[in-house]
Amino acid sequence: MSSLSKVVASLKERFSEVAESEFRGLTRVVVPQSQCFEALTCLKGEFGFDMLVDLTCVDYLNFRDATDRFGLVYLLASMEDNLRLTVRVMLNEPDLTVPSVVPLWEGANWMEREVWDMFGILFEGHPDLRRILLPEEFEAHPLRKDYPLQGRGERHNFPVLTRGEA
Amino acid sequence: MAIELPENVVISKLDSLGSWCRKNSLWPMPFATACCGIELMATGASRHDLARFGAEVFRFSPRQCDLMIVAGRVAMKMLPVLQRIWQQMHEPKWCISMGACASTGGVFDTYAVVQGIDRFIPVDMYVPGCPPRPEQLIQAIIDLQDKIQAEGTIGGREFNTFARQQRKRALMELPIIRTPQIVLPNRQGTN
Ligand code: SF4
Repeated sequence: MSSLSKVVASLKERFSEVAESEFRGLTRVVVPQSQCFEALTCLKGEFGFDMLVDLTCVDYLNFRDATDRFGLVYLLASMEDNLRLTVRVMLNEPDLTVPSVVPLWEGANWMEREVWDMFGILFEGHPDLRRILLPEEFEAHPLRKDYPLQGRGERHNFPVLTRGEA
Repeated sequence: MAIELPENVVISKLDSLGSWCRKNSLWPMPFATACCGIELMATGASRHDLARFGAEVFRFSPRQCDLMIVAGRVAMKMLPVLQRIWQQMHEPKWCISMGACASTGGVFDTYAVVQGIDRFIPVDMYVPGCPPRPEQLIQAIIDLQDKIQAEGTIGGREFNTFARQQRKRALMELPIIRTPQIVLPNRQGTN
């Protein structure tokens, strides 16, 4: 634990706007959008967070007391020191662009594609930012809270085959 | 004038003879996409023994089948595949929609799940249940056999869309609401 607090302390020193909080023994830091790539590079290069456990996103629309729309979440782990750190980047429309972390962690490739698919967050510099789960022609980002659960008619948008024509 | 028939000779219509041949040798195409597929496999296995009804040979090529059994939920990404496979099957062909999901979408009333395959391909038999027991599927196959026997084959009456497939529900075309597309930077990749 001591070592993790050292990491957070020096991260705060370097990036002035970093906010720290703790929840059930997990340390979380919120990094401003403009500094997120530098902060993650520093975490990987200097503090040895060599594994990106997960990269996901939360839509805080209509969430109580929330001020930002999206929270991009990086779950990092350091194999050597057995540390875990949650890094969050808050994003607001219309600027939903963050630098891709594929240069840092190769495994971010598909995770970023999924976040793009489901939330429409753009990852700048991603080698192949296509939809990963939904069909290519799908146009919405369905995990956004303002997307209706039953869709906008996409599930009914197919030709109807009748007997005798095939 | 009475005609004396030799022993072991019966007289039938070619039509019902053809239907009789067809109905007792159905070749199912398993389109098993979810949990219902497990019951479908159980139906084909030795315990429930679909061989008793002449439909035990599951073929995984649509060209060799005449009965499509859709077992499980069909996602909207899967539906074009389902339609392609249905089109690849030869006439005469039939379709059983097995389970709540294939028939109505079941509990998955979401943007990604097709709310009943009968909106997009013709369906002959619906099997309710989540999942249906193998007995129910067998009952559906027996009922389908009766249907095949009743409808006749010679003369191409099975191609008569209207008599054969009474639409089970109103097919409504819902409009797609287009949202403005976000332009992707670096679509072709930078590194
Ligand atoms: S009807 Fe039930 S068992 Fe069958 S696919 Fe749907 S959820 Fe699974």
